[in-house]
Amino acid sequence: MSLKIQALTRSIWVYHLATGSCNNCDIEILDCITPRFDLERFGIQLVGSPCHADALLVTGNMTTKNIPRVKAVYEQVPKPNVIIAIGTCALDHGMFDGSYTSRVKVDDILPVDFYVPGCPPKPEGMIAAVAKLIAQLRQ
Amino acid sequence: MSTIIPIGPYHPLQEEPEFFRLHVEGEKVVHLDIELGYNHRGIEKLAESKSWDQVVFLVERICGICSTSHPAAAINCMEDLGAIVAPERAQYIRAIICELERIHSHLLWVGLAGHFLGYNTVWMWSWKYREIVCDVLEKVTGNRQSYAMFKAGGVRRDLDQDDIPWIMESMDKMKPVVDLFRGAVMDDPVLHARLKGVGCLSAEDAINYAVVGPTARASGIRIDVRKDDPYFAYPWVDFDIVVYEEGDVYSKAMCRIDELYQSVSIIEQCLKKMKPGPIDLNIKELPPGEGIGRAEAPRGEVFHYTLSDGSNFPARYKVRAPSYTNILSNEKAVIGETVADAALILAAVDPCYCCTERLTVIDEENNKSVLGQADLLKLSQAKTETLMKRLSL
Ligand code: SF4
Repeated sequence: MSLKIQALTRSIWVYHLATGSCNNCDIEILDCITPRFDLERFGIQLVGSPCHADALLVTGNMTTKNIPRVKAVYEQVPKPNVIIAIGTCALDHGMFDGSYTSRVKVDDILPVDFYVPGCPPKPEGMIAAVAKLIAQLRQ
Repeated sequence: MSTIIPIGPYHPLQEEPEFFRLHVEGEKVVHLDIELGYNHRGIEKLAESKSWDQVVFLVERICGICSTSHPAAAINCMEDLGAIVAPERAQYIRAIICELERIHSHLLWVGLAGHFLGYNTVWMWSWKYREIVCDVLEKVTGNRQSYAMFKAGGVRRDLDQDDIPWIMESMDKMKPVVDLFRGAVMDDPVLHARLKGVGCLSAEDAINYAVVGPTARASGIRIDVRKDDPYFAYPWVDFDIVVYEEGDVYSKAMCRIDELYQSVSIIEQCLKKMKPGPIDLNIKELPPGEGIGRAEAPRGEVFHYTLSDGSNFPARYKVRAPSYTNILSNEKAVIGETVADAALILAAVDPCYCCTERLTVIDEENNKSVLGQADLLKLSQAKTETLMKRLSL
């Protein structure tokens, strides 16, 4: 295992990026760090700046107005990093498919590594995704 | 010379991207620009391409926290259009889901308000107790959020009679929690110093800006769709409208906390009064015409309008959400206040709490960043700390 991967998977700091979501995915992400699930036990923490992030959690269906902002945020994230698309919206627009503001998908502009489907995915689902991600990166 | 502080559009904690530009002189906020539209998903246009049944699912996804208020307004709207009266049991189930959502939404707000003031314990506690409500919702509807319960003419799932004692028990557990939060806000001198007289919205301004929900009720305006235009099971249960007079952040917080008691009592009354019976009328078609629907969301009145040409799809769908007017009232509430209070006031109407973690201060003259991200949050938390010291706690 390279040093970079070891450092990346040790204590993952995540930055949460909402790109036109309905908030539900965002609430469930926050829920992961509150007492019932408490991901901070494993060193997983939400950070306030993309510059500190190891992983980017992208939710929502990428509205046109958000595209330049999302690119700007992505550029600030140190590489290597992982990008996790959370929720059906981020996978393929979900309910908002066909809208005039949903022209591009999240993976058209960001190199997404993991997808967590669900509307919204349960906190358990997100935690499982992170666990699988760590296992896979370490291989 | 004024300095501009942009807040947003991205903030790591939650909710939709919105963009505020605070113009400040020294500590004082002199002007506020609001830019919305980052979250625009074209829902009204999309609704025209969905069948009546699908529209309910679509509007559910307008806002995750109010994910039952929009469907509530939507079915009120469709039932108005088709002159449908849903069965009694369905009405009770609907009211129960609406009130459960109000509890979870208000608790969420209390938690984020606490986080913002530097009381992270409050945040963790309120989100911990919020899980009780989420569990009930999961048991009744099958999902923690986005319940997909409503349809024109009834509800999609019945509430299991055997679950009722357990739901009652959960509601009993909520009461000491609400007491706890009420006590915490009422007895804390630091909170009084931080919240009282801050971000006042006078009754006159509240009317002029057409604010709704707890934002209006905290300014002494007695409006609540549940009383003014009763729907679902609300006419059959007993509850009060919580009104505070001052219009400051403290009143807004107290208003929300007191509403928790009302919600718990409404749920208990509904569970007691509910009788077994049909839950759905199996409506297949809606006639041509117009319909309006209103519902009281945790943040205020939701209004839906639809025009039908008798086909399977709405010809026009219009949504008016409460936060839109509430956010604009920030303009009045925030001007003249200090930067450390600004973020709190912006959040007090419960639109988007933690915008502030994505903040930079730009000097208007040489366009240089002077305050980094999350500094506003720090400023606010630091103010609480100073107050704590001054009050020697
Ligand atoms: S996937 Fe569902 S819950 Fe998540 S943002 Fe989209 S509509 Fe909301």
